[in-house]
Amino acid sequence: MIAMPDQPSRKPLVELRNLSKHFGEGQARVDALRDVTLTICSREVVGLLGPSGSGKSTLLNAIGCILEPDQGWMRLDGEVVYENRWLRGNLRRLRLEKIGFIFQTHNLLPFLNCTDNVAVVLHLAGWKKSAAIARAHELLADLPVDHRKVAMPGQLSGGEAQRVAIARALANRPRIILADEPTAALDSVRAGIVMDLLHKLAVEQDAAIIAVTHDEKILGRLDRIYRMVDGALSS
Amino acid sequence: MNLAFRDIRHKLGRFVLTSLGLSMLLGVVVTMAGIYRGQTADALALLQATRADVWIVEAGSHGPFAEASRIPGDTREIVARMDGVSEAGSLTLQTVQLVQGDRRLRLQIIGYEPGRPGGPATLIAGREITSNRYEIIVDRQTGLLPGEALKLGRRTFTVVGLTSGIVTLSGDSVVYLTLADAQQVQFDLAPPAARREQARGAARGSTDLVNAVVARVSANIPASLIAAEISRWKHLSALTAAEQETLLTRTVIERASRQIGLFMTVLTLVSAVIIALIVYTLTLDKTRDIATLKMIGAPDRTIIGLIVQQALLMGVSGFIIGTAFVYAFRGVFPRRIEMLPADIAGLFVVVVLVCLAASALGVRVAVKVDPARALAG
Repeated sequence: MIAMPDQPSRKPLVELRNLSKHFGEGQARVDALRDVTLTICSREVVGLLGPSGSGKSTLLNAIGCILEPDQGWMRLDGEVVYENRWLRGNLRRLRLEKIGFIFQTHNLLPFLNCTDNVAVVLHLAGWKKSAAIARAHELLADLPVDHRKVAMPGQLSGGEAQRVAIARALANRPRIILADEPTAALDSVRAGIVMDLLHKLAVEQDAAIIAVTHDEKILGRLDRIYRMVDGALSS
Repeated sequence: MNLAFRDIRHKLGRFVLTSLGLSMLLGVVVTMAGIYRGQTADALALLQATRADVWIVEAGSHGPFAEASRIPGDTREIVARMDGVSEAGSLTLQTVQLVQGDRRLRLQIIGYEPGRPGGPATLIAGREITSNRYEIIVDRQTGLLPGEALKLGRRTFTVVGLTSGIVTLSGDSVVYLTLADAQQVQFDLAPPAARREQARGAARGSTDLVNAVVARVSANIPASLIAAEISRWKHLSALTAAEQETLLTRTVIERASRQIGLFMTVLTLVSAVIIALIVYTLTLDKTRDIATLKMIGAPDRTIIGLIVQQALLMGVSGFIIGTAFVYAFRGVFPRRIEMLPADIAGLFVVVVLVCLAASALGVRVAVKVDPARALAG
């Protein structure tokens, strides 16, 4: 794990209060989130652990503004976005501006090369083409996977694809990065590299990183670990 | 960054094959429109080639193209003497079917008086008929060339000239003989009843009958005035060229246009269904990519643009390929295909509208895709 330098006070970026979500009714009712209260600050890399069906993905979807909770309160990067209902209309714009996603299967768009897969986020945010390409090249060089910048996703190894996916997640300089099993497809060496990278990014971009994981080999590289059981959170 | 174009480039082979398949279907639609225009042009070709201002036919008849008409051969002289008529000519029309070499020919024989109205307007090869007997001018569609022989009835004719594009409504080639030859051929090929009468020794009726007289009127004299004057004689009907044209397009071609219109509508609907199914399938294939785009913040207009642009690209490229294919091979089609720019532009607009409508199904699927699907393993 990269040593964290002394920094000014950390700002809370993800704040959840009594967030709840259930699916189904009656005997089929499943409480996916039960009064989840959580605060994650900038420059933190937090792990969410738990068995399948414990509510990790539901929590990630709720923080990512993909899934509407039933009740509770949520503030992202200083903006209250949910208080028993969505308070902001354009949630996709919110995701575009504040949240970066890293997927287990990297989800690179198969019809775009590596550069364009990173630049597409900037294109959606309204960047000029040349600036978007330059930023994409810069990120690919940082990771480093710039030697594959014109390759199509189908031509990449698992590690390369994951690094391109990370570059895409970081392109718009989001304050919150949600990672779903970011190292599941990687060996321990590459998993370590990715985690070091996430730490570095958290510090450099003053961002919060929340990673859902089952991967025991990266537990030591997380700042905090939360465990989820039947929709409830415990540290 | 055009996502639709990038996606197509990624799966170019599939897109090209799909567009080619679609181009065949849209090519048939273009062909149908071309056949309709060709049929109209064919129907009017003979009329326009004659360059007559007034058509004089049997009383109560609608002219030689729509109904049978027989009038005495001297009608031409009576018409020619009228004030305002600059020249007039007699015409006979007869359809024959014969075998020439290994080919079966169906011909419309026009008998006319060389030097008078009714003959071919322009020749693309050879010369006009100069001899009174046994010379013939044929359309190049017959495959005959100047100098070749053609047997009609018991007589053999020498081809002396070629016309181009002079055919009947049903696409039969038109050939021109002198009036005397045409009347003789009519007699040679007379129906069995006439031959039976001849065999029992009955007096042979006059063969100086024609089917129509065509007249050109002097400048500044309205053709309708001459036609009205001729009609007043009671035993003749007269139609102006405009009336004859209207008669042909409104009555003779109307049914054909309805049939072709029906086929075009059905084919356009089939094209719409096929485009809709292709776009729907392509959208289903991209569900995860669409979920990813939504998750990273792509607005609906970007997703809808991806689907609609692909439908339009497919339809438009299919239309262009199909139209180019029909244009390139229209010469070998057995009927005339007339491709008018206005028709092509109109069909293009229809294809664009069909593509927009057909993409609705794919758009509906895409808009409903849950961004959380991007997180599914």
